[in-house]
Amino acid sequence: MAEYKLTTPLSDEDVSKLKAGDIVYLNGVLYTARDAAHKRLVDLILNGEELPFDLKGAVIYYVGPTPPKPGEPIGSAGPTTSYRMDPYAPILIEHGLKGMIGKGKRNQAVRDACKKHKAVYFGAVGGAAALIAKAIKKAEVIAYPELGPEAVRRIEVEDFPVVVVNDIYGNDLYEEGRKLWEQK
Amino acid sequence: MRVVKYDDIVKSIRDMIIYSTTHLSPDMKKALEEAYEKEKSEVSRAVLAQLLENAVIAEKEWKPLCQDTGLAIYFVKVGEDVKVEGGTLKDAIYEGTEKGYKEGYLRASTCDCFTRENLKDKVGYNLPPVIYFDIVPGDKIEIEYAAKGGGSENVSRATVLAPAAGKEGIKEFVKKVVSDAGPNPCPPLVVGVGIGGSFDYAAVMSKHALFRNIGTPNPDPELDQLEKELKEELNKLGIGAMGMGGTETVLAVHIETFQPGRMCHIASLPVAVNIQCHSSRHSHITI
Repeated sequence: MAEYKLTTPLSDEDVSKLKAGDIVYLNGVLYTARDAAHKRLVDLILNGEELPFDLKGAVIYYVGPTPPKPGEPIGSAGPTTSYRMDPYAPILIEHGLKGMIGKGKRNQAVRDACKKHKAVYFGAVGGAAALIAKAIKKAEVIAYPELGPEAVRRIEVEDFPVVVVNDIYGNDLYEEGRKLWEQK
Repeated sequence: MRVVKYDDIVKSIRDMIIYSTTHLSPDMKKALEEAYEKEKSEVSRAVLAQLLENAVIAEKEWKPLCQDTGLAIYFVKVGEDVKVEGGTLKDAIYEGTEKGYKEGYLRASTCDCFTRENLKDKVGYNLPPVIYFDIVPGDKIEIEYAAKGGGSENVSRATVLAPAAGKEGIKEFVKKVVSDAGPNPCPPLVVGVGIGGSFDYAAVMSKHALFRNIGTPNPDPELDQLEKELKEELNKLGIGAMGMGGTETVLAVHIETFQPGRMCHIASLPVAVNIQCHSSRHSHITI
């Protein structure tokens, strides 16, 4: 289990060194999106239209934060369950997405896309939302404000703590971790 | 007849919501600390440490423990000798919920089932709540509230077993639900189990079982034993904190049965499992 500090956008070289179980502190810009925003992003790609942000090397954080209190960049902001984005993730990965942050299992199609196009799925600690918010320094809605908590935000982060769940080599932290501790 | 003012109920509910979503309850804090001590996996211990640190930050800054501040769930016991003045009890709960979520900077997480549109300006901010009313003797109103997140709700299940399945069948069903859920509902978990009644009522009981404070034993010794056995067996699944592998997957199993007795129809054995994440935000007021 290694520890890395990485800055977005991520390159093939960045993600090639990561293995399931590694701890990563992310810096730079992340984009937030959940189901509703994913559906719109994929529709744009299918219609050949421009996306609200550059997907190349980008990292998307699956989150719907609470409203910020006055003077705060963002409210509490922990990860949501990722499987709901599974139908949309492979096409985004194919178009340059390098990282996804969420919690919970991904389906085989997403894991295959990670292998084929060199992308990584990171897990953040669900329910550690007040703690994670400390790593978010700036937040700005850049698309779909009508979606409220589900709008696409550009967030700037410092040492945002995540763990590699699915790497580009086909490993899965959930399966391996459970195998290690399961008592039959 | 005792009279309670509508506005007082609104305020009590508002305050309870804001406090409960930002302050981890003492029973949960203790359970997480014990899990941290017992956990053998290093990765899971690191997760538990983050959760305890999160609780400290949330409490200090009155910041929501989790961004999913839930659907508001209430179990309300209304005394037969109490009257609400200035409006209905149901309206007071709705208004208190809206005020609590709005003024506490909590998330409005309700939406139209089909369009998925957030209707906070039409239906109300995080409205409607789910309310179960009961009428009891006395002149008090007792309100239990939980902020129930979606991730753990999504993996909850109900079934009606054949009576021959018995206790073993119940255990197998509970184990299957927790095993299939894996990392998704944010373990370590509290597992609420409702046994008996009807198909729907088993689910209601499984939800109410989540309100019991961890560490309070089941008053039925046989069920208390079953809860302990289930907890031990579920922890053998190896899921661990946030599913990263470990020995502490379940903080507690709480069982409720259809009272008086532990009843159901002669043809049925209804069982429901309601999963609760580690961010169990539950509280209780008496007015």
